[in-house]
Amino acid sequence: MESYLPVIWAAIIGLAVAMYVILDGFDLGIGILFPFAESDHERDQMMNSVAPFWDGNETWLVLGGAGMMVAFPLAYSIILPALYLPVIFMLLALVFRGVAFEFRWIGVTSKRHWTFAFAVGSTLAAFCQGLILGGLIQGIKVENNAFSGGAFDWATPFAVLCGLGLVAGYGLLGATWLVMKTEGSVARRARSEAKLLLLVVLAFMAIVSIWTPFAFERIAVRWFSLPNILFFWWVPAATLLVTFATWRWLETGHEVLPFLATIALFLLGYLGLLISNFPYLVPPSLTIWQTAAAPATHVFMLMGTLVMLPIILGYTIFVYWIFGGKLREGEGYH
Amino acid sequence: MDLDPLLLSRLQFAFTITFHIIFPTFTIGLSAYIATLCVMWMRTGKQHYRVLARFWTKIFAVSFAMGVVSGIVLSYQFGTNWSRYSAVLGNVVGPMIGYEVLVAFFLEATFLGVMLFGWNRVPPWLHTLSAVVVAIGTTLSAFTILSANSWMQTPVGYEMRDGIAFPLDWVAIVFNPSFPYRLAHMVTAAYLTTSFVVLAVGARYLLAGRHLEHGRTMLRMAVGFAAIVAPLQLFIGDQHGLNTLEHQPLKIAAIEAHWDGSRPGELVLFAWPDETTETNRFAVTIPHGASLLLTHSWDGLFPGLKSVPPRDRPPVLPPFFAFRIMVGIGMFMILSALTGVWLWWRGRLFETRWYLWPAQYVWWMGFVAVISGWIVTETGRQPWVAYGILRTAEAVSPLAANTVATSLVLFVLVYGIVFAVGIYYINRLIARGPQDPAVEPPNTGTPAPPLELGRKVFVETG
Repeated sequence: MESYLPVIWAAIIGLAVAMYVILDGFDLGIGILFPFAESDHERDQMMNSVAPFWDGNETWLVLGGAGMMVAFPLAYSIILPALYLPVIFMLLALVFRGVAFEFRWIGVTSKRHWTFAFAVGSTLAAFCQGLILGGLIQGIKVENNAFSGGAFDWATPFAVLCGLGLVAGYGLLGATWLVMKTEGSVARRARSEAKLLLLVVLAFMAIVSIWTPFAFERIAVRWFSLPNILFFWWVPAATLLVTFATWRWLETGHEVLPFLATIALFLLGYLGLLISNFPYLVPPSLTIWQTAAAPATHVFMLMGTLVMLPIILGYTIFVYWIFGGKLREGEGYH
Repeated sequence: MDLDPLLLSRLQFAFTITFHIIFPTFTIGLSAYIATLCVMWMRTGKQHYRVLARFWTKIFAVSFAMGVVSGIVLSYQFGTNWSRYSAVLGNVVGPMIGYEVLVAFFLEATFLGVMLFGWNRVPPWLHTLSAVVVAIGTTLSAFTILSANSWMQTPVGYEMRDGIAFPLDWVAIVFNPSFPYRLAHMVTAAYLTTSFVVLAVGARYLLAGRHLEHGRTMLRMAVGFAAIVAPLQLFIGDQHGLNTLEHQPLKIAAIEAHWDGSRPGELVLFAWPDETTETNRFAVTIPHGASLLLTHSWDGLFPGLKSVPPRDRPPVLPPFFAFRIMVGIGMFMILSALTGVWLWWRGRLFETRWYLWPAQYVWWMGFVAVISGWIVTETGRQPWVAYGILRTAEAVSPLAANTVATSLVLFVLVYGIVFAVGIYYINRLIARGPQDPAVEPPNTGTPAPPLELGRKVFVETG
């Protein structure tokens, strides 16, 4: 019992993080694409397309963080101080992004300030999340079950690469969301942005996929040793296939498939990261078993989670369905 | 100058949580008020209620957004700045925060979308239900977080193994001894705070001679509600105090500035408690007053600050003064609510300028009382972060002072700008007032009109 509870919880946290990346990915993507819109009317439409959803979407970030505290408190207590500055800047960026949703509509002369805040906040939050990801993969210095490194251990070219890649990735999610939910000039521009971003994201994924096995021996061993390579070769292959399919669907005027395919692309990248790092939660030294909470804690939380997660997914889908279809005129903030 | 990372982390947490608490205090009460207005609209069919509901919903949205973003900061700060707290107490406190997310946050965040934007997408019953669900969500949030915070005050149902807390009895942990009192006290405080905001807005409109019908409705609802709830809060507070005496006697000693437990306690109305000499200077007191209040007997004894060595005592100045501010505001609220009800009964509430004119300026009082109360309870718990288990000084993350100084400065700047602007915007929404249906053009749902006309439609609607 004790050895598989952490695995179950790793799966739940993994699911929460995946949900966050996809759902808040497209919200943040809207903000990342803000500078490329041609008018305030277009930006209004972009924002309104996510208006009813963004708060629920962002809540998966809280679940990811709180979930880590519940299920792997030792990992939580090491990772967050280790990545302190990217986490703090992400939180501050999210403050600006979150209030900009409301503030942009109330001030008259200050609208452009909050447009700026929305764009910068979204982009910075995405970039910091990439830094956090890169910082985590690179590994964290641990001594006596506590973080023992410095404030800038995470600051490397690799982390910056991950940051930029995630900005492009969220931009792609945002663009394909707009293709699905809007019409007219916004949708047309989003379609061409999506094609460009697709290539950029593919490039970043390729660079990271080549960089990590060269830089981190444990990752090279995980992917290239036998029999592992036989189990895992299909992941990069599927990634190429999905990228190609997304491109075709964008070219041929499909509206929903590009967004779904982008989600698939993200899930494949996520799977790649999991394959590289499992079971290390604090690479390279601490596993999910070593950082797990007490079994009593895992069980208590699991009971409620198994009940609540389906309910949450249920009413989330319900609200997406209520606001389904294309964005309607006059709807959203005003 | 050598900066102390512990002090900086304390300041940062105190600053971010003080800002944060303002917003849930408001949204707990306001969401219930909006839900009530929606229900009254559905039952009576009067457009008047719908207009008021839409008006307050806009203000609610701004406050809720600020509450969400400041709340996310806190949930990560347990890890960034208080990593030892998380490592030592995570097994017990973690699930309560986890449940807050699963049971409350998702519920309110998701149905908020329908409440804010679903006016024309869903039938009225579903919209009203969404407003009710959001109100329930905010209260569930209060339930879970207060359970966690109360456990830190009165920890039970656990055992320590190798310096880490392990849970033994979840029912005991969730329903720990101080929880019921603190939950009742906080939720009541939230409703009371909101009623004074509504009171102030109603008074403001009446004095300005605008939105008269709405102003009168708000004034009636606020005054009636506060007249019941403010005295109730006094009773709840008293019960809470007695519970605290039983489980955290040193907190009471600090509140009362009671140094010597071998003598009956004076009720210290005002003083300057001096920790070096362990006396109260410039004291204005009622002899035996504290003994009467706390033990219900003239000569009753209760523990004093000197019963433990100085390193185990809380700081005295913050709980002492914050308590008096909170109680002072509470007394004022009781007085003003009862006066309002008396004027209402005499049919003079809406014309009495000496009442309305100061009433429009009282909106901030509940917030100051709530912050003061939280200062009492959290500083009074020191030097412990979990009473008797872990000292705050031992709970901090291994961070360099410069790193924390950087984040502290940034938080002060960002929060200062964002929340000042937020309050300014809420004030602007109040100044605009409820938009009556006569001003709203109908929502035809037809394809987009030209840009300029379209923007006018957007500005007017809702």
